[in-house]
This record gives sequence, C-alpha cells and structure tokens, in this order.
Amino acid sequence: MTRTSPAVDRAGPEPLDADAAISIRGLVKRYGDFAAVDGVDLDIRRGEIFALLGPNGAGKTTTVEICEGYRDRDAGEVRVLGTDPADGGRAWKAQLGIVLQSNSGESQLTVRETVASRAHLYADPRDPDEVLELVGLTEKAGARGRSLSGGQRRRLDVALGIVGRPTLLFLDEPTTGFDPEARRQFWSLIRSLRELGTTMLLTTHYLDEAEALADRVGVIARGRLVEVAVPAALGGRESAPAVVSWTEHGVRRSEATATPTALVGELAARFPGEVPDLAVARPTLEDVYLAMIGDGDGDGDGDAANADRTEGELQ
Amino acid sequence: MTTSVDRAVELPSVLAVSRSRAQVELKEFFRQREAVVFTVLLPVLLLTVFGAVLDYDIGSGVTFVQYFMAGIIAAGILGASLQNMAISIATERSDGTLKALAGTPMPKSAFFVGKVVQVLAVTLLIIGVLLLIGVVFYGIDLPSGGEWLTFAWVTVLGAAACTLLGIAVSSLAKNGRSASATVTPFALVLQFISGVFFLFSSLPQWMQTVAAIFPLKWMGQGLRSVFLPDALAASEPAGSWELGRVALVLAAWCVVGLVLCVATFRWQDR
Repeated sequence: MTRTSPAVDRAGPEPLDADAAISIRGLVKRYGDFAAVDGVDLDIRRGEIFALLGPNGAGKTTTVEICEGYRDRDAGEVRVLGTDPADGGRAWKAQLGIVLQSNSGESQLTVRETVASRAHLYADPRDPDEVLELVGLTEKAGARGRSLSGGQRRRLDVALGIVGRPTLLFLDEPTTGFDPEARRQFWSLIRSLRELGTTMLLTTHYLDEAEALADRVGVIARGRLVEVAVPAALGGRESAPAVVSWTEHGVRRSEATATPTALVGELAARFPGEVPDLAVARPTLEDVYLAMIGDGDGDGDGDAANADRTEGELQ
Repeated sequence: MTTSVDRAVELPSVLAVSRSRAQVELKEFFRQREAVVFTVLLPVLLLTVFGAVLDYDIGSGVTFVQYFMAGIIAAGILGASLQNMAISIATERSDGTLKALAGTPMPKSAFFVGKVVQVLAVTLLIIGVLLLIGVVFYGIDLPSGGEWLTFAWVTVLGAAACTLLGIAVSSLAKNGRSASATVTPFALVLQFISGVFFLFSSLPQWMQTVAAIFPLKWMGQGLRSVFLPDALAASEPAGSWELGRVALVLAAWCVVGLVLCVATFRWQDR
C-alpha cells in the first residue's frame, strides 16, 4: 500500500475562525460507547461549497445536525456564522437554510402555499414563485405536496431551504433517489445559488457530485475527517504515481512510477512492435476515496484492482 | 459576489407568524377528509342516530336527546382537541414536519397558537352543526341568558385542558397511526363511562368514580347544566351541577397538561 492518507488541513490547536461560515474544533458526539463523531476539526469559508463525503454511518449527518442546532455535542467547539449552534436563536436561524436528509412530511397544502407559508417566517424572503421557478416546480405550484414524485419532493425541500434567502445552506444528501437527469438539473441549481453568494455545506456519497460541485471536499470515515482537499488533489491524486501495466512472457505485469513516459519508452525499446496490453492509469477519485474510507484490511490488493479497473484509459 | 449582510430587516412579529401558522393549520385540517369525517361528522352522525332512536323521557318532561346534546358536544370537544392534537402532532413529529419547522426562525409559540386556533375553529364548527341539527330535527331547547356564559367557559376550559393533554399524549406515540390506535379506544371508553351515551346516574358507582378522574365527565356535567332544567340537577351525583367543581377540575387538568407538555414536548423523533 503506497498511498497513505495524510491528514491535511487539520487545524489542531488553532483557535476557532470567527470569520468562517463554519468553524469546528475537536468535535465529539457519542451514542453510548460509540463515537459517531470523534474529534473533527474543520473550517468552511464564506462563499464556498464544501462537500462532506463519506459512507453511511461515517458521521456526516451527525456533524451537520450539530451545526444546524438539532443535536448537542459531547466535546469540542462549534461556531456557525459566528454563533454557537447550541445558543442559536431566531436571528441566527433566519440566516440558515436547511435541507434535511429525510423529506419533510406530507402536507395538504399546495406546493406554492407550502413555500409561501415558509417565506412568512423570514424577514426578507425570496418571492415564492421565483423560488419555484428556480427549482423547476412552477408547473407543480398548484399540486398538493403528497402528489409529487420523489425528485420533485426533494426539489420542494430545496425550495423551502432557500426561500428565506440563507447565507448558509445545509444540504444533507440532497440528490439521493434522483435519476441522472434530475441530478444534473439539481447541480445547475446549486451552481446558480453559488453565483448568489450562498455558502453551502453538502453531504453526499456520490463522488461525481462532490467533484462537480464542491470547491473543497472533506472525507469523513468512522467519525474522523480523513482529509480535506480540492477534489483534484484528494488523496494526493495529482501527484500519485501512475501504474503502467503490460503483458510479458504471458504474465501480466505492472509497475507504479512517477515517470510513466520514460517507462513506456523503455518498454517500446524492449518489445519489437506493440507492447502487449499496454495501459497507463492514474487513480480515479473513486480509487482514492475507497482507499481512504477503507479500514486497513483489503488494502493490499487495492493497487492491482485499481489498475484493472482503469485499464484502457490511457492517460 | 453579493452578500445578504446588509439586508438586515426585522424578523416578522410573533403575531404575524401566528396568523400565518393559523392559516396553515386550518387548511391542513379541513383539507384532510379523514380528519373532517372522523372529528366533525362522527358526532353529527351519532346525534342523528341516537336522537332518532333514544327519544324516551328521562324525567321532568325532558327527552334523552336533550341530555345527549350535552354529552355529544362534550365528546365533540374531546375529539377536536385531545384526539385531534394527539394524532396530528404525533404524525407531524414522525414525518419530520416538526423537525423542519424547528430549523426555521419560527417563534415556537406561533406553532402552538396555530394549533389552538385550529382546535377552536373545529370546536365551534362541531358545536354549531350539532346545535343546528338538534334544533331543526329534535326540538332541542337552546340555552338562554346566563346559560350561554356557562356554555362558553365550560367549552373553552374543557378544550384547553384536552388540547394540552393531547399535545402531551402525542409525545408518547411513535407516529400518528399508533397515536390513533391508543387514543381512539381510550376516548371511546371515556365517552361510555362519562355520561355521553348513557345517563351518568345509571352507571355503576365504580364507573362514575373512574370517570370523575378525567375531564370529559366534568365537561358533560357542566354542559348538562346548560341544556337541562335545574330540576334534573337532583339526579347528578352530588345532587347539584357543581359548576365550581367543574371549573376547578378542568383548570387542574389544564395545569397538569401544561406541565406534561413542557416536560415532554419534542420537535424531533428520538
């Protein structure tokens, strides 16, 4: 196992960042003996889209719900827009938009009435019809909430999250259950919100979603933040050695190297014609992610499996 | 990049949000067919059926329908408040509606104002329809003069106690369905032993004693003072309407209900 998972951006003993949208130090949340969140440090800058990536049960939702003020914590410090979520009052909540992991309940109100009634809770809400336009629910404005499809309900949740003109928007697995087209539409919605300056904390277990949307990605596994990086650099992906593989004397061979071009040249000289089954691969985001969230066992065959999977993508 | 830092507008007042919540609650109730049928039409149906069948004389030239009027109104208030609150809030807690609201700047008090407005509206509707049917089809004598005042305070105090108890009970249930499964039979039994369907004085002593613990018996008794001639007060357990005790017991249940609400209310599932 050549790839290690350096804990980049671990703020450690640094003080809380008062200017950050979210600043977390040493966050711990236990359920009985189980530490769902086990010492997380994180700063999310204003205006950025931050994706928290991790498998189910890794501590994503717990971390987010502590930031939203839904859960208390056992240790550590948290500031969200400069306020401790445990003390957040009306004025603080008015700056947040929250899209919870589960859909909000079935209502007898129409889609427009639901959004309008939510707008009544805020000082300076967006126009409900504009919000429906933004999430693509204009045609469903007169429909009752329960008649919506799963994807439409999720978009209604997002509409409810943004109607109050939030400074900070939490999106907890917003696209789970979406078909590919609905996800693309949702992504463009998120990008247009970014244009409006909204800071977003997004949790997802879709790698392509994190890569497409996020300025930075944090990978959380077993309650710990394993790494924080821009998507392209996650897991040292930028500088990771390439794996060159070929077949020689009927045996599949592969070699990890920082200078794949030189190795390919060498191989070209060694073989009379084409190098048999030549492939050069770099780890995909999925490869580095799976390596990061793995718990140590099964890592040994990681490289071989990765090389197999990415074969043919000559880079 | 535009930020919303300068858009420091004041949050809407508690009154404005309460008004908005009241509108939401009214729409939620009256658009839900099962709730309307169960809460409003069931008492109406019972009055129609019982009124047609049980029109015997209970003394002093008064028919059972006149007696039943007081009981069915008390039962209607119970349905509009205790049963309605227990089921609807348990549903909203289990389906995430309450959790979503708790994450907004909604003043918590506005939520409860909305619920109270819903209970009052449903209660008034039930009473109105029951009185109308009673007068048109069964020749019920309407209250007169000071009896209206008694009618009003028994209704308000009874509805308040039962609303608070309903909110408290909702915290015990896992979801709306389980709340309904517990509260509905309980309410039915309470109606049988509290003098709604039968003359309270004809019930066995132990049943009367059990019924006297709960608010419904006292609501029915208070309302009988409104609908029955004073001559029939003699057949009450104490030989009088005991209006002072009615007020005291209902007020005590308000206090108990409020304490339970404050101690148990949750905005999200455990």
